[in-house]
Amino acid sequence: MVMQLDKDQLLQAYRKMSEIRAFEERLHEENATGDIPGFIHLYTGEEAIAVGVCQNLLPTDYIGSTHRGHGHSIAKGCDIHGMMAEVFGKDAGVCRGKGGSMHIADLSKGMLGANGIVGGAPSLAIGAALTAKTLKNGGVAVSFTGDGGSNQGLVFEAMNMATVLQLPVIFIFENNGYGEGTGFDYAVGGRDITKRSSGFGMPSIRVDGTDFFAVYEAVSEAVDRARTGGGPTSIECMAYRWHGHFEGDPGLYRAKGEVAGLRKNHDPLKIFRDKVRDQIKASELDKIDAEVTAQVDDAVKQARAAAYPPAENLLADVYVSY
Amino acid sequence: MSTKSYREAIKDAIAQEMRLDDTVVVIGEDQRGGHGGHQPEVEALGGVLGVTKGLWTEFGSERVIDTPITESAIIGMAAGAAATGLRPVAELMFMDFFGVAFDGIYNQAAKFRYMFGGKAKAPLVVRGMVGAGFSAAGQHSQSPYHIFASVPGLKVVCPSTPYDAKGLLIASIRDDDPVMFCENKILYDMKGEVPDEPYTIPLGVANYTREGEDVTIIALGSLVHQANAAADRLAKDGITCDVIDPRTISPLDETAILESVAATGRVVIVDESAARCGFAHDVAALIASKGFDYLRAPIELVLPPHTPVPFSPALEKLWLPDAAKIEAAARKLMGA
Repeated sequence: MVMQLDKDQLLQAYRKMSEIRAFEERLHEENATGDIPGFIHLYTGEEAIAVGVCQNLLPTDYIGSTHRGHGHSIAKGCDIHGMMAEVFGKDAGVCRGKGGSMHIADLSKGMLGANGIVGGAPSLAIGAALTAKTLKNGGVAVSFTGDGGSNQGLVFEAMNMATVLQLPVIFIFENNGYGEGTGFDYAVGGRDITKRSSGFGMPSIRVDGTDFFAVYEAVSEAVDRARTGGGPTSIECMAYRWHGHFEGDPGLYRAKGEVAGLRKNHDPLKIFRDKVRDQIKASELDKIDAEVTAQVDDAVKQARAAAYPPAENLLADVYVSY
Repeated sequence: MSTKSYREAIKDAIAQEMRLDDTVVVIGEDQRGGHGGHQPEVEALGGVLGVTKGLWTEFGSERVIDTPITESAIIGMAAGAAATGLRPVAELMFMDFFGVAFDGIYNQAAKFRYMFGGKAKAPLVVRGMVGAGFSAAGQHSQSPYHIFASVPGLKVVCPSTPYDAKGLLIASIRDDDPVMFCENKILYDMKGEVPDEPYTIPLGVANYTREGEDVTIIALGSLVHQANAAADRLAKDGITCDVIDPRTISPLDETAILESVAATGRVVIVDESAARCGFAHDVAALIASKGFDYLRAPIELVLPPHTPVPFSPALEKLWLPDAAKIEAAARKLMGA
């Protein structure tokens, strides 16, 4: 599997994962200063899913995301400086400071938006898939949903519709073990999301979501199927959320030492490095990490220095015309 | 120009826009009907009340998309499709069903443009029936347009005639914002003169259906006709009325309302959306805050009671505003 991707593609995948890691870990620190308004939800530990999915997509394909959307946004090509400014509520933000962390979107990059509604993405993604099917442009759409979102009724309706209309869509379920502060084992009846989606009549598999290559391979097959008129696929990616549900969540539901164990044994970036050891020197990946750290430093510096939106933006862009 | 029903005018508008623009698609339950049944190539329904009948035969399954009974996904899918290049005309059948389908409108489509910093649009029309008077009981008779109109980002349209239905629907389909298009089920068989060619009526422009000097009556949908009937009866006694049909609640033609109130000084607002926090209260607040000095008497509201819509015709008749109730309110204002 490693061999199917050339070295440039592997370096690109690693760079995206490194960007997500650096962005999120830096936000964890920045949030502690009290300078970030509102809620943020960090994606650390799940980098291999966003990147494993989006490395299969074209800029013209669409994704719909979750409240934990920074990783998806970066993987789909959103500008890191624009995202950082958005999280800080600045006019230079990708949404001009009017969406924030939970609503980062850039339709020009095929990013249909992070979403504050749990289970919000699947129905929007089937809409993007309907557009691709109707316009016959070969596009595909992907929705990201968590294990918590897998319990929402609208997610089921979207999966059923996707099968009925044979839409070019892929439902990614990121099973990170917790919906907010409640365990997957408690909240997901049957404890297997693939059985739910296969019940709607689509190929459904579970993969190791900490392994970029496992995700990449499964999504590659699903994208081929979708692009050639074969309809939807569901992929449950098993992974771990290193941080709390939101920044400030004390994590009282965790076992003692749980997070330390995740960082040591389930680090998607380390797993990637191990798998490419024979093709890519560690020093090359270290160099990427250093470049990414500098990039994120600069993004924070610029975001902090940037202006807040002017008062006239309060009333702007409610409608196209009114 | 030909004589068409309100129902035919709506189909006319959709068909003409579909011919002009390949990105216009119809989405909903039984828009063709019969899929999976025993007559595979028959357009069995054309919407549950046949409003879109004929579209599938002309445009086929790629643009007239039959869905399962899944309102939530219909609206969510339409929102996603609108954001990515289609102009969906989604049918919710009865607007009452927004209760299971509102996220795609309320939290998604209505907010895309603002939350995404002006870099998105959602040109989506959600069609659905409103209105009591059909003995359709509590879950198929409501007029929740006041709830839609309270959401920034949505436009809300309530046509009262075949002519308005066609012109407002074409304008709604061409509009780049999400529009809730509220069809009054009582009016589907109403006939009127409708131009054959496509035309638009701008959203946010009220229509005066009667002109007078003594009282301003404001009404929407089927109640416009009750207001007209009341005005005609009052005219026989020398009381003349402006009847204003705002036609769209969001945007609302405040100027037309305030100009009329400035001339008459007396206002009756008639509505069936809600006895509390409804369309009438919104308009009354507008007049009280921007037209207080014009008023010669308190604003009269002719509304249903604060109850669900009852089933039995005997009770529903009591529930629904009508010409007699409007006439009584106007006479009270005139002290007669």
